[in-house]
Amino acid sequence: MADAARGKPMPHQGIFEPWTDPVAKPLIQFQNVTKRFGDFTAIDDLSIDIFEKEFFALLGPSGCGKTTLMRMLAGFEAPTTGTILLAGDDISPIPPNKRAVNMMFQSYALFPHLSVYDNIAFGLKREGMPKLDIHARVEEMLRLTRLERFARRKPHQISGGQRQRVALARSLAKAPKLLLLDEPLGALDKKLRQDTQFELMDIQEKTGTTFVIVTHDQEEAMTVASRVAVMDEGKLIQVSTPDVLYEDPRSVYVADFIGDVNLIEGKAKPSGDGIDLHWAEGQPVLHCKTAKPFGEGQTCHLAIRPEKIAIHSQEPEARNKLCGKILDIAYLGNISTYHVELPSGHVIKAQSANTRRIARRTFTWDDTVWLSWTDTAGVALER
Amino acid sequence: MRRFSWFNATSLTLGFAFLYLPMLILVIYSFNESRLVTVWAGFSTKWYGELLGNELFLDAAWVTLKVAVISSTIATVLGTMAAYVLVRSGRFSGRTLFSGMIYAPLVMPEVITGLSLLLLFIGIGLDRGVLTIVLAHTTFSMCFVSVVVSSRLISFDRSLEEAALDLGCTPWEAFRLVTLPIIAPAVISGWLLAFTLSLDDLVIASFTAGPSATTLPMRIWSSVRLGVSPEINALSTLLIGIVTLGVISASLVSKRNLMRQQQDEQTAARTA
Amino acid sequence: MARRFLILVPYLWLLALFLVPFLIVLKISLSDPEISIPPYTPTLDWREGWAGFTDFLSQLDFENFIFLTEDDLYWKAYLSSLQIAGISTVLTLLVGFPIAYGMARAAPDWRPTLLMLVILPFWTSFLIRVYSWIGILANEGYLNQFLLGIGVISDPLTILNTQTAVYIGIVYTYLPFMVLPIYSALEKMDDSLLEAGEDLGCSRLSAFWLITVPLSKAGIIAGCFLVFIPTLGEFVIPSLLGGSETLMIGKVLWEEFFNNRDWPVASAVAVILLLILIIPIILFQRNEQKQREAEGQ
Repeated sequence: MADAARGKPMPHQGIFEPWTDPVAKPLIQFQNVTKRFGDFTAIDDLSIDIFEKEFFALLGPSGCGKTTLMRMLAGFEAPTTGTILLAGDDISPIPPNKRAVNMMFQSYALFPHLSVYDNIAFGLKREGMPKLDIHARVEEMLRLTRLERFARRKPHQISGGQRQRVALARSLAKAPKLLLLDEPLGALDKKLRQDTQFELMDIQEKTGTTFVIVTHDQEEAMTVASRVAVMDEGKLIQVSTPDVLYEDPRSVYVADFIGDVNLIEGKAKPSGDGIDLHWAEGQPVLHCKTAKPFGEGQTCHLAIRPEKIAIHSQEPEARNKLCGKILDIAYLGNISTYHVELPSGHVIKAQSANTRRIARRTFTWDDTVWLSWTDTAGVALER
Repeated sequence: MRRFSWFNATSLTLGFAFLYLPMLILVIYSFNESRLVTVWAGFSTKWYGELLGNELFLDAAWVTLKVAVISSTIATVLGTMAAYVLVRSGRFSGRTLFSGMIYAPLVMPEVITGLSLLLLFIGIGLDRGVLTIVLAHTTFSMCFVSVVVSSRLISFDRSLEEAALDLGCTPWEAFRLVTLPIIAPAVISGWLLAFTLSLDDLVIASFTAGPSATTLPMRIWSSVRLGVSPEINALSTLLIGIVTLGVISASLVSKRNLMRQQQDEQTAARTA
Repeated sequence: MARRFLILVPYLWLLALFLVPFLIVLKISLSDPEISIPPYTPTLDWREGWAGFTDFLSQLDFENFIFLTEDDLYWKAYLSSLQIAGISTVLTLLVGFPIAYGMARAAPDWRPTLLMLVILPFWTSFLIRVYSWIGILANEGYLNQFLLGIGVISDPLTILNTQTAVYIGIVYTYLPFMVLPIYSALEKMDDSLLEAGEDLGCSRLSAFWLITVPLSKAGIIAGCFLVFIPTLGEFVIPSLLGGSETLMIGKVLWEEFFNNRDWPVASAVAVILLLILIIPIILFQRNEQKQREAEGQ
């Protein structure tokens, strides 16, 4: 997880952060968009800006409205209220077939009666592009997605990974201003998915197209995206770069949704540069550095990632430390997660890298151990 | 396989014997020399000769073919439209009535359909003939077509149409270039079903035909009411032969397509 | 615009050629009986507007329906149609179930061929399939020749032009309608269910009763309705194979219309037949709906 938590590298442009630039003009603007289906509110008064050349991920559990948001961009749904602007123009009156937006469907939606070549050429033919130009463009797309050998095959004659690339090539062929990807890797197995994620990033950089991807896989969103929007029940919960999302979540929901986390609930008491957390009878007070103002006795959640908790056999010198007994060990190869039960009954997860072979491991079941972390390892959250 | 016992073998043998023996006997006795159809008097093809020389039958066959081709073609167009409306149009006022009118003719006794159409044609003063039979056949067979096509449309992946729109098609282009080629097998079977229903129909045609047009089933009917005749046996054999050829070749084609598809999928899995 | 066109064309077609004709039948069934061709009184005069319409309504009456109840030919024909349809449905089930069962248990390679063999007669002319039994069942027909030949009987059996011939004809022509839904229900059934049943102590027979039959229930019900509903209005089979004692309402309607030329009474017969049919049709629709819902889950 920690590995996936880094920001997306943008080597050619220095730091790519148009969302911090006050004069940058967004490519897409959702302005107070609400979408209702009967009594059900799929999107609830949502506003968001997406910038050119971004790789933007919409992340959330199924039914959170992320697919509806994407279908409104493609033109298959119209907002009930609010406006969507593409490059400054309201796109609601434009039907899907006239929008400079293309979509890659979750099911790929490859036309089964057409060859790979004709699938990719389909949109270009509709534009009335001259034949030679179509040929050149399709060849270019085939090269980009390494499908040259399969041009004459029908969709059922190629593998799942190849189909995924045909779908991508087809939606990129018209060089859209914006490409929408609906769970593009959902149908692939795990290994292929990881390879394809890097391929997608590569293609996005080469073509300079703005990508909006919908996914329920947080690891995928963190890997590919420049910014991730976490959604729940039709609302935006947090929009940030992947590292901020992981290291500085604004809510318990985001902290819990992205990666693994320990959540300790207690009462805050301002102290020095942060707060002291009183959380359980007979347990030491925990200290957390924070700039957020907490009132005396206010409920506070301390969110702390397992890999930021160190585990010791003897009592360490540290600001925050807890003593407990090892309940369970989950051995994952590169790392192990220790579930440590405190005398209060709470279970805290701590992770350590397995730098030694298993025979020489230090801890085992029922050992009494000490857990420690620094003032800045955790995040204090109001809710 | 474990449960395929002698019981199953017997019931299948008897069942298929029951289904096919009557037709087989018909075919065999169509080559009987004697006019007394139940007494075998040697092999002959003379009844086929008589049949082909019989103007009445040939005329009726021509009328039937004409009616069947025209009515099944119109029925396929209308039925496909109706299926599209049923599956895709969501709610519109009168939808319940519409789907009721699609399904009702499927179970409506032919005598009632025939009677009601006849009363309509007389009421509006339309002369009965080929046109009225075509109208009648189109009406009931379009419902069968729409059932066949809509069952295909229900399983049709809608994102294919959306992809076509997304790539710049108008809704009509999306239908013509994407939906229609994919549902074509269902549309063709709908047409074949409509065609067969029209070829086969006696009751509705009898009500709506009037004196100026006689279809083959009507001609057969007036002949078999008098009992078994060798010409009818010959005619039946021809019809059975055509249908058998059609059904067998259709199933061979679909089997070959299926096998080719399976092969392709295996190759795809290997080259992945 | 395109959508409206798409809806309107088949809609108007069906309104004009299905619903309107049916309303005409209803109107004529309520008109004065008269042995001739239309127009029947009362006629609706549009020029008189609403008054004309109420006047028209007030002149309609149930004379023809009352006539149907007075002549016992009609209600006997309805009852006998129901009886014949019911008995032949049961017979078709008895013949059809073992065939469907045998098909579902056959080797998977064979199933498409068997399926094709069941469907093939369905594409063949209905009239010819009924006709083929005349030669078999006649007094001097193939069946009697065969039975006399092997010495089972000494005098020819009279089968043609009896109720028995009608049952044979119906079972024969409607068999595919029974076999196909039962087969599709049985084919979906997982063999391991029967193995689980036996594992839990069922005998083969009780596994059949407790597992196979309940799981094919929807198919059996669908098959029964698909045979029962069209048989009720059947005309060709009773006319060709039945005798003078075979009373079926489809035949009565035909004769009323073509032989007696009494159109108002024929219309009334049709209206009542339809009223009788509504119940099984609604039950059938409900069964289908339930099955779709079960499959949707």
